[in-house]
Amino acid sequence: MNSVEEIQQDIIEEFEFLADDRESTIFYIMELGQKLPAMDESLKTEENIIKGCQSKVWLTSDYKDGKVYFTADSNTDITKGLISLLIRILSGQTPDTILNTELNFVEKIGMSQVIGSQRSNGFNAMIKQMKLYALGYRAKAQVNK
Amino acid sequence: MEAAIKQSSLDIAAIRAQFPVLKQEVNGYPLTYFDNAATSQKPLRVIEALNQYYSAYNSNIHRGVHTLAEKATNAYEATRNSLQKFINANEKEEIIFTKGTSESINLVAATYGRQNISEGDEIIITGLEHHSNIVPWQMLCEEKGAILKVVPVSNQGEINLDDFKALLSDKTKIVSVAFASNALGTINPVKQIIEAAHKIGAVVLLDAAQAVAHLEVDVQALDCDFLAASAHKMYGPTGVGFLYGKRHLLEQMPPYQGGGEMIKEVTFEKTTYNDIPFKFEAGTPNIADIIAFSEAIGFINELGKENIRVYEDALLDYATQKLTAIDKVKLIGTAQHKVGVLSFIFEGMHPFDVGMMLDARGIAVRTGHHCTMPLMEQFGLEGTIRASFAVYNTFEEIDTFVASLTKIANRIK
Ligand SMILES: Cc1ncc(COP(=O)(O)O)c(C=O)c1O
Repeated sequence: MNSVEEIQQDIIEEFEFLADDRESTIFYIMELGQKLPAMDESLKTEENIIKGCQSKVWLTSDYKDGKVYFTADSNTDITKGLISLLIRILSGQTPDTILNTELNFVEKIGMSQVIGSQRSNGFNAMIKQMKLYALGYRAKAQVNK
Repeated sequence: MEAAIKQSSLDIAAIRAQFPVLKQEVNGYPLTYFDNAATSQKPLRVIEALNQYYSAYNSNIHRGVHTLAEKATNAYEATRNSLQKFINANEKEEIIFTKGTSESINLVAATYGRQNISEGDEIIITGLEHHSNIVPWQMLCEEKGAILKVVPVSNQGEINLDDFKALLSDKTKIVSVAFASNALGTINPVKQIIEAAHKIGAVVLLDAAQAVAHLEVDVQALDCDFLAASAHKMYGPTGVGFLYGKRHLLEQMPPYQGGGEMIKEVTFEKTTYNDIPFKFEAGTPNIADIIAFSEAIGFINELGKENIRVYEDALLDYATQKLTAIDKVKLIGTAQHKVGVLSFIFEGMHPFDVGMMLDARGIAVRTGHHCTMPLMEQFGLEGTIRASFAVYNTFEEIDTFVASLTKIANRIK
């Protein structure tokens, strides 16, 4: 498993490749979205919907051997692509890592210019929800100690 | 395409030249602005009127003795005169300035509605209304224990007159319907709706937000009781609009808001209200934008509604034909009579994503529920992609639009 910093660096380089071509960047994000494995329909509950997203996003997590694993889906490919980036970085990390990671790739690739303000808000809501899950698992782990 | 262009007597290049905002590139492509149902762009004469007002004669209106106040008042009232002619109202006092369609409808609900609706009364709207023509009535019904009835919409996006008539009864007090639908473009049979509603003594409000820039609107010929519209959808400034109401109704209605301008005399014991239209125009209005609104009306008048209609119909027909030919596109709303609105979905791609892809190519469309969530629900959709046309749009822009959609279709497969 690569460190979160290495993964972020990879993503930054992939996006640099697309230079400033907005259309290609969006297509690339969509393609990432199409590759994200579909979520089990039974998990697409009201409870798992992230509030604050214009498109629908469902997010759940599992905790195994001290690490958090995320599963997510959306009804739009672009949103799925965005969340697949977050999963690539944060899924399989410890709660501490997830809580302490600064997602600086977002700014480096100029995400907000590409996706606009509405989607940026949704994107931030996804990050927040992932960190909330991590916080919950860390608290639980401490209680169980 | 050639034939259609020849049919129209309008010089579209000359019209486009009057809209500074159209002369720009977005994301490296010339801007194609197809979001006119949300708001239209403004011609130079509107922009200059705003500038002129603030540079030369900004002043509060009415009751002023000085020259600038006189000038501003005259310009402000001149817009009322233009509007009166524009919709063929019987008198200019029947035109009330508001913030726009939403405020106009809220005004009627809060005044006429509160005064005339009691428990068990019924208000009729249609299934294709904008939230602005749903929520004010819901609020009124909740307050009064009245009932909101909804005329169903067919799969083509039309309402059936018989369905409407079936809802009419001696309990019906208000009928409020869109002249044309913002989400689907459907033009409703408003003349027949008004006739039928009047037979049982109900008053009719027309939400003309999507009609005023595109269709002939003659309030006397229609015999509507109220009509609401927004300047910003008819080449005018944002933040202003108007309510037309028949004099005898406006006179009976209580005021909407209290304040300056709307009074005749105030003592702490009692206030007497001003005459219409001022009774409904409390406080300093949006003077600058109302003055500039007149230029938007002038712009439409000079082109001629009939010419605009012919040209926009040709655009709509052309775009409908081209879009239908794309495999992945499914049109939503195929009514026989439509204004220049094309709503559609794109197989295998969420409207939001399509909108973003088009934006990357400089094409501005709207995606989502278009403030018509009940209508979207009927079609089982969260939303559509909507392209809506104005008189400055061109056949070439439609070609660009269709080429972009085709390219997206090929890329997603
Ligand atoms: C049919 C219809 N009614 C009402 C409105 C509300 O207009 P405004 O927001 O200008 O008050 C709109 C605007 O989208 C509309 O299209």
